[in-house]
Amino acid sequence: MSGSYYVPPQSKWPVLGSLAVGALMISLGIQLVHGTGLLFMLLGLVAVLVVMWLWFRDVVLESRQGLYDAQMDRSFRWGMGWFIFSEVMFFAAFFGALFYVRVFAVPWLDGEGAKGVAALLWPDFTASWPLMNPPGADISGPEAVLSPWQLPLVNTIFLVVSSVTLTIAHEALKEGFRETARNWLIGTIFLGVCFLIVQGIEYYEAFHHYGITLQAGIYGSTFFLLTGFHGLHVTIGVITLGVMLMRVMKGHFVRDDHFGFEAAAWYWHFVDVVWIGLFIFVYVF
Amino acid sequence: MAPKLPPQQPLQTPAEQGNDGAATAGHVNEGYHHGPSGLMRWLLTTNHKEIGTLYLIFSLSMFFIGGIFALVVRAELFQPGLQLVQPEFFNQMTTMHGLIMVFGAVMPGFVGLANWMIPLQVGAPDMALPRLNNFSFWLLPVAFTLLLSTLLMPGGGPNFGWTFYAPLSTTYAPPSTTFFILSLHIAGISSILGAINIIATILNMRAPGMRMMDMPLFVWTWLITAFLLIAVMPVLAGVITMMLMDINFGTSFFNAAGGGDPVMFQHIFWFFGHPEVYIMILPAFGIVSAIIPTFARKRLFGYASMVYATSSIAILSFLVWAHHMFAVGLPLVAELFFMYTTMLIAVPTGVKVFNWIATLFQGSISFETPMLFALAFVVLFTIGGFSGLMLAIAPADFQYHDTYFVVAHFHYVLVPGAVFAIMAAVYYWLPKWTGHYPNERLGRWHFWTSVIGVNLTFFPMHFSGLAGMPRRIPDYALQFADFNMASSIGALLFGTSQLLFVLMIIKCVRGGEKAPAKAWEGAEDLEWTVPSPAPLHTFDTPPQFHHREG
Repeated sequence: MSGSYYVPPQSKWPVLGSLAVGALMISLGIQLVHGTGLLFMLLGLVAVLVVMWLWFRDVVLESRQGLYDAQMDRSFRWGMGWFIFSEVMFFAAFFGALFYVRVFAVPWLDGEGAKGVAALLWPDFTASWPLMNPPGADISGPEAVLSPWQLPLVNTIFLVVSSVTLTIAHEALKEGFRETARNWLIGTIFLGVCFLIVQGIEYYEAFHHYGITLQAGIYGSTFFLLTGFHGLHVTIGVITLGVMLMRVMKGHFVRDDHFGFEAAAWYWHFVDVVWIGLFIFVYVF
Repeated sequence: MAPKLPPQQPLQTPAEQGNDGAATAGHVNEGYHHGPSGLMRWLLTTNHKEIGTLYLIFSLSMFFIGGIFALVVRAELFQPGLQLVQPEFFNQMTTMHGLIMVFGAVMPGFVGLANWMIPLQVGAPDMALPRLNNFSFWLLPVAFTLLLSTLLMPGGGPNFGWTFYAPLSTTYAPPSTTFFILSLHIAGISSILGAINIIATILNMRAPGMRMMDMPLFVWTWLITAFLLIAVMPVLAGVITMMLMDINFGTSFFNAAGGGDPVMFQHIFWFFGHPEVYIMILPAFGIVSAIIPTFARKRLFGYASMVYATSSIAILSFLVWAHHMFAVGLPLVAELFFMYTTMLIAVPTGVKVFNWIATLFQGSISFETPMLFALAFVVLFTIGGFSGLMLAIAPADFQYHDTYFVVAHFHYVLVPGAVFAIMAAVYYWLPKWTGHYPNERLGRWHFWTSVIGVNLTFFPMHFSGLAGMPRRIPDYALQFADFNMASSIGALLFGTSQLLFVLMIIKCVRGGEKAPAKAWEGAEDLEWTVPSPAPLHTFDTPPQFHHREG
């Protein structure tokens, strides 16, 4: 295998990609600061997606031409693995914020601990979690919180089952049963979409019936930060699996060479594990 | 007492890659992958050497922009009283100086060196993911154009210090802060993708026969640095995302009135920030560990202990973050925990300094410019390390906190530390990049003016800091006037002497004494087996690496 490592020729996707990312970010900023960037933002998003499509298309074509060897396969594996690790650390920051607030910040505001001076700011404040009554008078907390044993439990079941169906699809692919793999993959995507719909319903209820908003103090902040970014990742995962479904149907994958599928599966399992953490620490406890 | 397990000494390289200055032989491969030349060549490239060059040029440009900001600060502080700039603009200058130097100059400088040298040092044809590599680079000009443009926005640019503590950076921040956050997101994506690429290259692309413990220390330190980057850049992304939401969506993460906590910002920021400062120094350790053995003509003393020390520093870096926050009102147990873990870091760092000195011991040393910078690194970085130990003592830190003593400390580890190491690396590897030796006379002038400038700038800050001068304030009491005047003169000297560096680079690219493949007599790593200048494509066929038993 020595000497066969494929070094791609010049490519326009990286530099176009960076321009697209820049356009998306700048227009997001314009939208947030001036409120006039929505159209530009949409264009930026489309540009990012188009560049990704064309770039990955090149990769797929090269792979199908047999330009990649086992060493290249390992590069992709390391790349995807470390990328997922970076995502883990991204969520770790948010979970860290949740734990810090619950264990330290809110009890300290109520006078707990050696440095209870913070309690002097709002003497009437009583700590609780979920924090229904934030200390500041101009910030009203949520009216009620969601029960974990209704929609969140349904969603937990959706995601856990989807991990199982995805594994079955993967096993089928490894055995060479393409149709079976396709069907189980469709099932997985269906469960992912169901999750997103239920999450949407839950957000609607939280907003309109429970008073849980981004402005509802730290409970609303952490709730939407964690579930929102998780939902975004589920969306990305569903899109990725959708692309994999197309590739399965086109017959891109063979029994012992289908890392694109595996990478998407790794990502999906990661999203699933994050949800378990969310279910436990955001909803149940 | 020959140290066990020396790295290096490849014995066999592809025949067409010649063995001396016969650059012609090395150019046989240069034809393939032809594509556009001129500007398009640099925009579309997938070549690790071209991308490395882009990173280095970018880093140098940012070094000058950040340097000009620093000179604005020093000019205002030349005398007590307000004379040149408004306090608001002064704040923007201190903030942007820090941000540009950390994220725009030092980090891309090291990434540029990694791009150039890691494939050469491990015998790989290129980085593991060459297109991703180019993407990582081109995100940077986008990010920093956006960051610099905030200076022109209504209300000015970031003015809350490079650490952007909430609520200064949320409740009381200028409107441009949203753009600052987004630019930092882009730079962060660049860093994470670059680090993934470096890790994949090191773990997967080593020449047959090269084990982990055969890798040059620059590769080892970058492997660990890349791990740190992937672990903490997402945490930075997380904390600035929370800022973004506090500013734009009314969340309460850093707002106590909603049940959040501004101190939580500091915890999350420094959980990123402390590993970040090691990100800026570990590759420097690798560079110095390459240069000192070369010019001492001895193998590195204690190779394995260097690897373990670097790893220990990296692990400890996750456990020390709150030493930046001793004065904020932490529980006593936290003060003690973070004080002791911080002091522990002195142990592996001491191992490193000991090993460098032991490498010099009984070596036959010569003092070419790279060696001068490397030796200055060892001495001056150690000064910065010692002042760090003083700051680590929590009760003493209550006095030093937010004074110029802190400024002196971190500039000693960053300027004659990280920046000198990058300069040493440039002098050391320029023969490989350009085929010419750098002008030694110019190099010496650059070195001595820089060393004098750096010490004149930062040494007096220890005194003004211990006497109580606060940082980030445009005016000061009269008793600090002499120290500040010295600092400002030193800064001007250091700043202008960097023009010599640019002049040296330009001259070296254009001509100069021809360098052979092995440009330095004592250099042993794999990069010295390819011709100078290194042809565009090297190690298309991986070289067989032969481990040399001690």
